[in-house]
Amino acid sequence: MTQYLLSVHSVEGEARDPMTEEEMRQLMERVGVLEDEMKSAGAWLFGGALHDPDTATVVRMSDGEVLTTDGPFAESKEHLGGFYIIDADDLDAALAWASKTTAAVSKPIEVRPFRHVSEA
Amino acid sequence: MAALIRVFGDIDVAEDALQEAFAVALLKWPSDGLPPNPGGWITTTARNRGIDRLRRESRGRQLLSEVTVLSPGNDDPGMPEEVGTVQDDRLRLIFTCCHPALSTDAQVALTLRLLGGLSTKEVARSFLVAEPTMAQRLARAKRKIKAARIPYRVPEGHELPDRLRPVLAVVYLVYNAGLTSPAEQGLSPEAIRLARILATLMPDEPEVAGLLALLLLTESRRASRTGPDGSLVLLGEQDRSRWDRTLIEEGQALVRRCLRRNQPGAYQLQAAINAVHADAETLEQTDWSQIVSLYDQLLAVAPTRVVALNRAIAIGEVRGAADALALVDELDLDNYHPFHATRADLLRRLGRNSEAAAAYKRAADMAPTDAERDFLRHGGRGRSIGPL
Repeated sequence: MTQYLLSVHSVEGEARDPMTEEEMRQLMERVGVLEDEMKSAGAWLFGGALHDPDTATVVRMSDGEVLTTDGPFAESKEHLGGFYIIDADDLDAALAWASKTTAAVSKPIEVRPFRHVSEA
Repeated sequence: MAALIRVFGDIDVAEDALQEAFAVALLKWPSDGLPPNPGGWITTTARNRGIDRLRRESRGRQLLSEVTVLSPGNDDPGMPEEVGTVQDDRLRLIFTCCHPALSTDAQVALTLRLLGGLSTKEVARSFLVAEPTMAQRLARAKRKIKAARIPYRVPEGHELPDRLRPVLAVVYLVYNAGLTSPAEQGLSPEAIRLARILATLMPDEPEVAGLLALLLLTESRRASRTGPDGSLVLLGEQDRSRWDRTLIEEGQALVRRCLRRNQPGAYQLQAAINAVHADAETLEQTDWSQIVSLYDQLLAVAPTRVVALNRAIAIGEVRGAADALALVDELDLDNYHPFHATRADLLRRLGRNSEAAAAYKRAADMAPTDAERDFLRHGGRGRSIGPL
């Protein structure tokens, strides 16, 4: 089994009109069904939706000191909306989960394999 | 035959080698004449072909160990990995090389390298790319297969239609690269070989048979496709006596079987169009109405501008150049040189000579091979570009 990161990508300005309450409810329901499926299948390791990029803080080394900055790392219009970490036998299995995810959240999903993950 | 089995210790390899030797004989003997000892010639040729194949296959298996090999369902580390026949391994390999997670460039490069057994240098040359670039492309693809764990397996029934599409597309691309790349004419026979393997292993997939038929029928015209000076000879002017009748018969038999199945698809339809051409002793005797109706079906399953262009050419033969030109002018294919070549030919037939000349020039400026460029520079010598 290999661990994969399924990351949900949003592009600023691509948002159509903000979702109605009904649309929001349906989205949450689809996501709920998906996550239940992942858990039953033993694929689920961790995951969730993230707060907006405005809530982010970046910490880095600069001249031997730790520098703290307000805002997301990437200046780009694209940002991470959320992610899942799953266990899957191979890429085909991971892609199958990614297909269900993109169908549920209507956003592109990037699938990337982890290098060796240290066991707890 | 037995001698070959003894040499190779493997009936499949021996059979394939013998079949290839006969194919070469049929190609060469009519023009080169019978060798003094035909039986011995066949055996020697077959043995050499078989050895080449084994060399490539052991290289293939060696190369395969560079990528991740997962045996699905084998949880017992003590049990030896179940090894399928040589053919099953090739099928797994081609589906792995053509996995949708890999770019088309990577799919083609891997297929040629791992299945075709071409060296990195040869693959680079076929696609007019520098060797280090191709080496990088291959390395990246292999890394991805390993790191992302692209599985080494034949897709299951329900996945097959989607997964088969890139495999057929890659084989078709490889064949065409052999047609147009002067350096790598060996690619076409290689593609046919791959198509044969696919057809043997997936006898229930009509599009696989369709692709094989298409390749065989196209290949049957190879000898007549270039003139003695290396120039391009179009379908209409080709010496049909030089068409390989064995390949044609095999291709047409496949097309007939596909028709009986009645599950048409793009490759089968293109094969059928070629089969109609192969039936005609001269261009004038071609059943163009049937070709038009086949193109109608092809356009329905593959609604591309190129298909529309080729359909228009056929319509030109049935309804005349004016109708054809009207259809062609509706297409936005400015960057495609056969578009301009077709317009040029139609304009010429309508007596609009200065427009025709301009269109020929446009086409010649864009033509990818010297043969095509020369052909177009000389005013197309009278026929529009369709199947070659």
